[in-house]
Amino acid sequence: MRLVVALLLVTSVVSTAACGVTRGDDSRDILMIIPNSPGGGYDQTGRAAVDVMEEGDITGGSFTVDNVIGAGGAAAMTEVVGEAGDEHTMMMVGLGVVGSTYSFASTYAVLDGTPLAQLMSEPEVILVPADSPYETIEQFVADWKADPGSLAIGGGSSPGGPDHLFPMQLAAEVGIDPNDVNYVSYDGGGPLTSALLGAKIDAGFSGPAEFIGQVEDGELRVLAVSGEERSPQETFADFPTLIESGIDLAFLNWRGVLAPPEISEERRAQLIGYLEEMHESEAWQEQLATYGWIDDFKTGDEFTAFIEEQDDRVSGTLEELGLI
Amino acid sequence: MDTLNLLLDGMANALTPENLAFAAIGVLLGTFVGVLPGIGPAMAVALLLPITYGLEPTQSFILFAGIYYGGMYGGSTTSILLNTPGESASVMTAIEGNKMAKKGRAAQALATAAIGSFVAGTIGTLLVAFLTPWLAEIAVEIGAASYFAIMLLSLVLVTAVLGSSKLRGFIGLFIGLTIGLVGLDLSTGQARLTGGILQLADGVDIVVVAVGIFAIGEALWIAAHLRRQPIDVIPVGRPFMSRDDWARSWKPWLRGTALGFPFGALPAGGAETPTFLSYVLERRLSRKKEEFGHGAIEGVAGPEAANNASAAGMFVPLLALGLPVTATAAVLLAAMRTYGIVPGPTLMTDQPELVWTLLASLLIGNTLLLVINLPLAPMWAKLLQIPRPQLYAGILFFASLGAYAVNQSAFDVALLLVFGAVGFAVRRFGIPILPLILGVIIGPLMETKMREALDLSNGDISGLFNEPLAIAIYVLLAIILIAPPVIQRVRGAPLVPRELDEQETRR
Repeated sequence: MRLVVALLLVTSVVSTAACGVTRGDDSRDILMIIPNSPGGGYDQTGRAAVDVMEEGDITGGSFTVDNVIGAGGAAAMTEVVGEAGDEHTMMMVGLGVVGSTYSFASTYAVLDGTPLAQLMSEPEVILVPADSPYETIEQFVADWKADPGSLAIGGGSSPGGPDHLFPMQLAAEVGIDPNDVNYVSYDGGGPLTSALLGAKIDAGFSGPAEFIGQVEDGELRVLAVSGEERSPQETFADFPTLIESGIDLAFLNWRGVLAPPEISEERRAQLIGYLEEMHESEAWQEQLATYGWIDDFKTGDEFTAFIEEQDDRVSGTLEELGLI
Repeated sequence: MDTLNLLLDGMANALTPENLAFAAIGVLLGTFVGVLPGIGPAMAVALLLPITYGLEPTQSFILFAGIYYGGMYGGSTTSILLNTPGESASVMTAIEGNKMAKKGRAAQALATAAIGSFVAGTIGTLLVAFLTPWLAEIAVEIGAASYFAIMLLSLVLVTAVLGSSKLRGFIGLFIGLTIGLVGLDLSTGQARLTGGILQLADGVDIVVVAVGIFAIGEALWIAAHLRRQPIDVIPVGRPFMSRDDWARSWKPWLRGTALGFPFGALPAGGAETPTFLSYVLERRLSRKKEEFGHGAIEGVAGPEAANNASAAGMFVPLLALGLPVTATAAVLLAAMRTYGIVPGPTLMTDQPELVWTLLASLLIGNTLLLVINLPLAPMWAKLLQIPRPQLYAGILFFASLGAYAVNQSAFDVALLLVFGAVGFAVRRFGIPILPLILGVIIGPLMETKMREALDLSNGDISGLFNEPLAIAIYVLLAIILIAPPVIQRVRGAPLVPRELDEQETRR
C-alpha cells in the first residue's frame, strides 16, 4: 500500500512536470519551452521572463515551463516546428541554438519558427589564470599570432556554441586562420573553470556569469570583454572591450523568444505585446541587473533580420572551419 | 579544533525543529525522485527552485541537501529490487544487488546500501568540513592526462570480470564501447553511428542502456522461458543483516568511501568511475569470489558507499572554488546566486555561518535518511512476493516511465526497447552483461579525457604523460601487468595472491 501511494505521488509529480495543462483555444495559458537543462543560461532567462509575466499578470493566464533537452537545442527546435500553428507555445532561442541547428545537422533552422523578441544579450570574456604571463589582450594576441597552435584555448561549449564561435571569430579578425586555433571543448563552465585554475589551458573564452567569484578573488584575470561597451556588471566593468584595445570585433551572446510557425499575425502581435509589457516592467529591469545582462530588446521584423544576420555569421564561421 | 567548533555551531543552527522538518521533507522527496528512474536529484532541485524563493537560504539549502543525498540513496532501491537503476551511479549496485534480491536477500542488500550510504555520506561530509580548502587546491592540478591513466587502469581491471569465456567477455566489452561511440564527435562535431537520427546526436543515455539491458532484457528472457521453467518462488529471507553480513560489509563501506570521495572532490570526477572501481576492487579482494555474479554483499556495499562519498565530495569544488561538478551542483550554484551568495575561495570566510550550517545539515539529512530508510528495507523487500507475471509487468511499466522521464522523449522509450532486445540477445548467446555495461560507462569517459589531453598538447603524445599522477598510475599499471608472470618465473612456483590478500585484509 505504502508503495502504491509512493508511486502515485511520484507519478503525479512527474506528470505535472512533464506535460502542461490542456490548452483550449480560448485559454490564456502558455507553454514555455527551454531548449536546455535546468540551471543553464536559457533556463535562467526563460524562467526569469516567465516569473515577471506571471507576477505582473501580463498574459492573464499561467505559464508551464518545460525543458526539452537534446542536441544543443535542436531537439526543442524540432518540437516547436512540430507544433506549427499552436498559438499557446513559446520557446527560448539564442546564439547557441543557431549554432546547434548547424552542428547537429538539424532539419529545421531557427527561422523556421516565428521570431517574437530578443530579450537580452551578454558579452563573453577572455580569461587567463592568475599566474599567466599575459596581462593585456595585446600581449596575448601577439603570442597567439606568432604560433597559433601553441596556445590551448578552452571554452565551455562544443563546436558551434558561443564559446567556440567567439575565439574563431577573434582569430579571423586578428589574421589567424581559424583552422590553426587549438580549441579544447569543456562540458560547461565548471570544468572550464577548473582547467583555468589548474592552468591546463592558456586562455578561456566564456560567458562571465560563472567566473564572478574567481575574478573577484583574483584567481582568474580578465583580458577583455567582447561587448560593444563595457560590461554592465560591477565585477567586469573595469575591463576593456576588444574594440578599446584596437580589435574591431564585438561578439554578443543573446537569447530571445520564438513561437511555432504558422501562427496568425494577430496572435504574433499579441505575444510580442506581452513581451514588450514585460520588458517595460521594473521587475524585468531588476532581473537584468541581477544577472548582469545587457538590456538588448528587439521585436518582430527587426529580430527576424537580426537572426538572419547571426545565422549567416555562424554558418560562415563553421564553413570556414570545415565543420559543416 | 576551530573547525570542530564551527561545525558544532552550525549543528546548533541547523537543529531547529523547523529546519529538521525541511531536512526530513528533502530526504523523503529525494528518496522518491531517486526511486523513479530518469528523474534525478538535479531535476527535482530545479523544479523546487521557485518554491524556495520564499525561504531563508539556510532552509532551502537544507532542503536541497536532503534531496541530493536522498536521491543518491533512492536510486539503489530500484536497482536492487527491480534491476532498474535510476541513475548512472547506481548501475553497479544493480549487478550484485538484484542477484541478492532474487536469493531472498533483498532486505540485506537494501540495508547494506542504506548503512553504507550513511557511513560514506557522514565520513565524506566530515572530510568536506575539515579538508576543503586544502583539497580544492590539489584537485584542480589533476588534469585530463591523469584521468585518462585512471580510465586505462580501470579498463585493465575490467578484464578481470570478463567471465569464464574471454572471447565472449571481449565481445560484451566491445558492444559496450560501440554503444558509447554513438553521438557527435567531441572536437569536430561529426556525427558518429547516429544513422542521421537527431535524437542520437547527444549519445545514448546510460540509464536507458542499463535499464534496457538489465530490466527489459531480463523481462523478455523470463517471458520466453516462463512456460518451460517451474516458477521458483523467491524465498522470504531474514529481515535484517546477520553478523556475517556486517563482517563482510564494513570494509567495502570504508574502501568505497575512500575511492568515492576523491572522485567527487575532483572537478572532473563524477560518481560512475568510483562505483565500478569499487566493484572491481571488492571482487578482487573478496574471500568469497565465487559469490560475485550471484549476489555478493560486498558488491553492493562498496559501490553504494562510493556513490554517496562522491556525492559528498562534490561540495569541495562547489564551496571552495564555486565549481559545479554535477548537474545538481550546477542547480545549487544557481540557487546560491539568486540569494546573492557567490561561492568561491572566499565563501568559507565571508559567510561561515551559512557554510557550516549547510555542512551540519548534510550530516543531519544523512542521519535522517538512515533512520527513515532502514526500517523500510524489509517492507520494500516484500515487493518481490508479487507473482512473477505481475511483477515483470510492473517492471516493464516502471522502466518505460523512467526512460521517458530522462529527456521526456518518446524516442528514448523506443531506444529502451532496442536495448531490451540487445539485452535478450546477449543472454541468449551467453555474452556477459558486466563488461558490456562497463564499456558503455568507461568508453565515453576515456575518450573525452584522451581527446582533452591530446588537444591540450596540440596532438603531441606527450600530453598523455605530463602529469606526475599519470606517470605514477602507468607505473602501477605496468606492475599489475608484468609482476605476476615475472614473479612466477623467478620463484618457479605459482604465486598465491589469494592468501596475501586475505592476510592484508584481516589486519
